[in-house]
Amino acid sequence: MEIVGRSITRVDAVAKVKGTAKYVDDHFVPGMLHAKAFRSTIANGWVKSIDVSKAKVLPGVVAVITYEDVPTHTFPTAGHPYSKDPSHQDVADRNLLTRRVRYVGDEIAAVIAVDELTAEKARQLINVEYEEYAPVLTAEAALQPGIPEIHAGTGNVLGRGGYEVGDMAEAVAESDHTFVDEFSTQVVAHCAMENYSAYAYMEENGRIVVVSSTQIPHICRRIVGQALGIPWGRVRVIKPYIGGGFGGKQDTVVEPLVAFLTTKVHGRPVKMELSREESFISSRVRHPFQFRIETGVTKDGTLSFRNLEAISLNGGYASHGQSIANNCGTKFRQQYRQKAIKYSCKTLYTNMPAAGAMRGYGVPQAMFVMESHLDDIARALDMDPVEIRLKNIPETGHKDPLNGIVALSNGLKECLVKGKELIRWDEKKAAQANQTGTKRRGLGVACFNYASGTHPVGLEVAGARIVMNEDGSVQLQVGATEIGQGSDTVFSQMVAETIGIPLSMVHILSEQDTDISPVDLGSYASRQTYITGMAVRKAAEEIKAKVLEYAWGMTDIPAQVMDIVDGWIVYKHNGEKITPLIEIALDAHTDVVHAKPFTADVTNNARVNALAFGCTFVEVEVDILTGKVEILEIYNIHDSGTIVNPTLAEGQVHGGVSMGLGYALYEQMLFDPKTGKPLIHNLLDYKLMTALDTPEIGAHFVNTFEPTGPYGAKALGEPPAITPAPAIRNAILDATGVKFNDLPMTPQRLIAKFQAEGLI
Amino acid sequence: MTSTISGRTQKITCTINGEAVTMDVDIRESLLDVLRNRLYLTGTKKGCGVGECGACTVLIDGEAYDSCLFLAVWADGKHIRTIEGEAKEGQLSEVQEAFVESGAVQCGYCIPGFVLSVTALKEQNCHCDRESLKKELSGHMCRCTGYQNIIKAAEKVLTEDK
Repeated sequence: MEIVGRSITRVDAVAKVKGTAKYVDDHFVPGMLHAKAFRSTIANGWVKSIDVSKAKVLPGVVAVITYEDVPTHTFPTAGHPYSKDPSHQDVADRNLLTRRVRYVGDEIAAVIAVDELTAEKARQLINVEYEEYAPVLTAEAALQPGIPEIHAGTGNVLGRGGYEVGDMAEAVAESDHTFVDEFSTQVVAHCAMENYSAYAYMEENGRIVVVSSTQIPHICRRIVGQALGIPWGRVRVIKPYIGGGFGGKQDTVVEPLVAFLTTKVHGRPVKMELSREESFISSRVRHPFQFRIETGVTKDGTLSFRNLEAISLNGGYASHGQSIANNCGTKFRQQYRQKAIKYSCKTLYTNMPAAGAMRGYGVPQAMFVMESHLDDIARALDMDPVEIRLKNIPETGHKDPLNGIVALSNGLKECLVKGKELIRWDEKKAAQANQTGTKRRGLGVACFNYASGTHPVGLEVAGARIVMNEDGSVQLQVGATEIGQGSDTVFSQMVAETIGIPLSMVHILSEQDTDISPVDLGSYASRQTYITGMAVRKAAEEIKAKVLEYAWGMTDIPAQVMDIVDGWIVYKHNGEKITPLIEIALDAHTDVVHAKPFTADVTNNARVNALAFGCTFVEVEVDILTGKVEILEIYNIHDSGTIVNPTLAEGQVHGGVSMGLGYALYEQMLFDPKTGKPLIHNLLDYKLMTALDTPEIGAHFVNTFEPTGPYGAKALGEPPAITPAPAIRNAILDATGVKFNDLPMTPQRLIAKFQAEGLI
Repeated sequence: MTSTISGRTQKITCTINGEAVTMDVDIRESLLDVLRNRLYLTGTKKGCGVGECGACTVLIDGEAYDSCLFLAVWADGKHIRTIEGEAKEGQLSEVQEAFVESGAVQCGYCIPGFVLSVTALKEQNCHCDRESLKKELSGHMCRCTGYQNIIKAAEKVLTEDK
């Protein structure tokens, strides 16, 4: 392989450093109107009355729309493929605007005005009277009998799930020790640097065009259709460059409303750009989880059974809902071998921002509880944390008993060995024994597994279209979305490699337009390199076959003995040049008898999935007196199959680990326990990592080849964010002997526990 | 000062990327809004609008500023540089080139701001070590990169310059 596997400069880098890459808000449409949502100031209740009369008469206001003006049917928002099976459909619990308010920030009305400032002023002129209920912010409160339900008929339970595999009674009987503990994780925000934004207008034929910062243009089109109650084909979604998503934009946050608003002003363009504060409180967040875990082991540290109970708090609306808790349970099961395993979970409505997809999709929570708990077990058994993992990880070829996914490639053992070596585990362990000072060092490790798509839970279709030009260069169109992760570059590499042309001859269209782009589900589940990559490869192979077939006609040399290398048709056996590709391509465009330009339009409906593996190794220094945790060294080691572009892959690891560090130590959204009002909703109070907070991050990969992936590749996007938190937690335990079971591990929490345990 | 106040607007004269500009601006408008919404210099990004994230950084008389916190009227008489002016005659600046080569770019939203801050450091002959460089750039937020390759790009130009 010449182009796949090389650190090619990303195809959009120049446009982005020059500032010419256009994001949603960089598009100006003449006559654009601006919309602002009037949001609930209470967490739980009803709007008894609303007065918009003052807002309506403010000069510059074009329309004020309230819950009284929107369709009565509800719609789902999650970025999942549609299923015809009602039991597999997302929960439809939203109205475009609502009278029943379910969190602080819920959308009651919207103002459309000639400019943003006028819209903002008009929003402030709206008055409402509420009937207020006590906010439901905890699992206990949600399940309290007799309270007003957040969604009628649910008992505040959005979903339940779980499984039991193996002979639990026998596994329990075989265990020498049983360990039980509880853990919890917090609410965090995606913080993509670009806020949520979209605008919509109507074409003369009545179709609605939505331009949005979305990870999922084709799914977004369907949801807008559902929300407005119109045929889905009457909606067109365009996705320009997007300034980060991290799962938050695998959802429809502003698109349905803005699409509806344009219909209320006769199709004039209407934009709704959320402020940073609105992006914090009125988009999506990561689910906070509470866990109870029970594990049985034999004397030698072999896992005999594991049992996890999870409660996931979903906020006021379903969004991805129960799927997150289900994924948490799947990855919990797949991480290790055991005789028996049980998982039970429920997802509850609360009066907090809706939780949705966020990098890792329930798995950072799963790995925090299980990998932390495993270290406690190792410690109790006086076993090395790496040893206990090596003893229990599944073999290559292991088949999951429930979803049937076979780990055809599995480099987890190599990852652990590599990480141990990088951090000089044994040497430091010996040196750090018996520390007594106020600054103590410790080592931590944590493992993860992840999938390369959603099969068999979800449909996996991805499209690629290639058209060859007269000069042998190609246009590549995909429905998959570049959101910063580098997929456009990786797809371009695959096309160049497969056809046999230089990368400069591959032109990818970065913008997705559902009227033009092939159908693809979008950027989520770390799926695009693996799933869309295969569509791209198939399309490129089809083009190559067509070129060689045509060349056969022109040269009378059988297609089977020819190849394309670096833009030349060559003999396969010795590489001798026959004719430049341009001759074939030009002929295929111009020959009066045989002209038939080369095109390929492929859909890959993947019914395979591949597990990606890896681990974090970290060394920390804990200041017992201040509760500060300093990261001295951190390494993430990944088995993601073939690494298509090492520089881009390292970038994914740096960003993911950084997000994981924030999750471990700093980030959290807090809510007033009495009112449910968010206490942290801007980038000053929310402790997003800066350059100064971020240590040097070591990104490493082990060599594996995934047979079901294009060029042997599998998932990488989400995995780096998963294990920094448990690894750091375990390193703090190693340094201080103190267990921290709740995230984030802030200095306040450390100091409180050090005091409680008599360290200070 | 050449500015005159008439109602809620004020006439200002400044240079933007080397070109003289005279225009009436709303006295309430930020420089960011004028650059983006009136001059269509959309390379300057809005990430928060209140000086928290650094995405809207421009150079004003050679100093890096959050343009969202800088009133347009204050730009009168100043030399403003935005990302659009950094590539000259189709050639990327040295800083831009370093960002491309170092793999510093992902979604790209924070990048114009970072490029301009690093450009200012370079032109001020900053002799930062890594830690002080990180401090200098800590007013810029990025969610994609973990900053590692951005720092690498910055070090590349600041070191090669010495």
